Amino acid sequence: MRVINTDIVEQAVYRAALKAGVNLTDSCRRALKSAYEKEGEGAAKFALGELIENSRIAAEKTMPVCQDTGIAVVLLEIGNEIFFEGTPLPEAVNAGVRKAYADGYFRKSVCDPITRVNTADNTPAAIHTEIVRGDKLKLTFMPKGFGSENMSALYMLKPAQGVKGITDAIVETVKKAGSRPCPPVYVGVGIGGTFDGCAYLAKRALTRDIGTHNEREDIAEIEREALRRINELDIGCQGFHGKVTALGVSCEWAPTHIAGLPVAVNIQCHCVRCVKEVL
Amino acid sequence: MTELTLPLTKQQAEQLRAGDSVLISGTILTARDCAHKRIFEYLDKGIPLPLEIEGAVIYYAGPCPAKPGTASGSCGPTTSARMDSFAPRLLDLGLSAIIGKGEMSKEVGKALIRNRSVYFAAIGGAGALYGNCIKSSSCIAFEDLLSEGVYRLEVKRFPAVVAMDCHGGNIYG
Repeated sequence: MRVINTDIVEQAVYRAALKAGVNLTDSCRRALKSAYEKEGEGAAKFALGELIENSRIAAEKTMPVCQDTGIAVVLLEIGNEIFFEGTPLPEAVNAGVRKAYADGYFRKSVCDPITRVNTADNTPAAIHTEIVRGDKLKLTFMPKGFGSENMSALYMLKPAQGVKGITDAIVETVKKAGSRPCPPVYVGVGIGGTFDGCAYLAKRALTRDIGTHNEREDIAEIEREALRRINELDIGCQGFHGKVTALGVSCEWAPTHIAGLPVAVNIQCHCVRCVKEVL
Repeated sequence: MTELTLPLTKQQAEQLRAGDSVLISGTILTARDCAHKRIFEYLDKGIPLPLEIEGAVIYYAGPCPAKPGTASGSCGPTTSARMDSFAPRLLDLGLSAIIGKGEMSKEVGKALIRNRSVYFAAIGGAGALYGNCIKSSSCIAFEDLLSEGVYRLEVKRFPAVVAMDCHGGNIYG
């Protein structure tokens, strides 16, 4: 048994949120640089150059890299030997978010879905918890912007549609999104599970570094094939046409029902922000 | 790279072609989803607007709060397509240009042609870069909407690309 006071969690969320808001992930920086080098002269290359400059300014001036500092998505992998004391865990997470979004001068983008009245402190966070073996707490903080979230989709495919159906669904989602989600995008895909679980897998896939592949070779092949086809769509950075429409495709999977093949496609813009910490 | 100083005249607008890179300097107004909804409520009810549409440039954006001692927080564009249903009427009321990101509808394209106006695409996600181009910022309407209020921004050398011009040209086409 390991006792963790949730004040520690609040502080970790606070640190992670402040860092995530102003920094792209290292893998995202590398991917943007590589995209810039690949792209021919024109508006897309111009835009990629400005995005690289933007990430430099953001880090240097501690300014949000994008003004959409997102809904705070918080993934907690909780070791089964941990006992939390203090404020209930979700309240501690929200307290960390509230303080970071105020102190970081981040935009508060969370509102009531019907009245549209802003909660004014960017809470509540979208909190996902998983219980794992051990006594460690792994925190992943990902601010999720909605220009790209809006372009995400979930498909309940027929089992007979198989790998081709999965790949088609991924490519079709990116094609339909066009210039709107701030391409070049990062595509998180959930394969299998249930309707709700599949969407979560897609979100979790986005917490992986760009360029990494699923350890299952058949799934990794879907990632490569989908990326290849997406980059033939000629949408390009910002929709200005070009060779790089996506920076990467990451798939996560789970067993599903004999009657179904859920596929969730979660679109992330080129502003990939994700901070991980193990407590 | 074309340097543009606002206000944008019809003659200047006619010179611009989809795909041109520009640097914009002058006064622009932010408005996004909630501000548009409210502007339309005012228009429909005949209530005088707290902002001038004639000759204005509307930037689809909702900035981060400014840190003390700075003119603006990060302030990149938001997705223009959500404003597709609002833009034609405002263009007909004399809006000289729109700045946003991503494709807009055919109806917006037609309104740009009949009003000799321009849709500029700012670079989505470049919030810090645009925040840096803003030399002053003040909320002039709908302050209760927080970042969704209308802000008057003075911008200097704000980079953008002509996305849809007044001759029917469209970079997304």
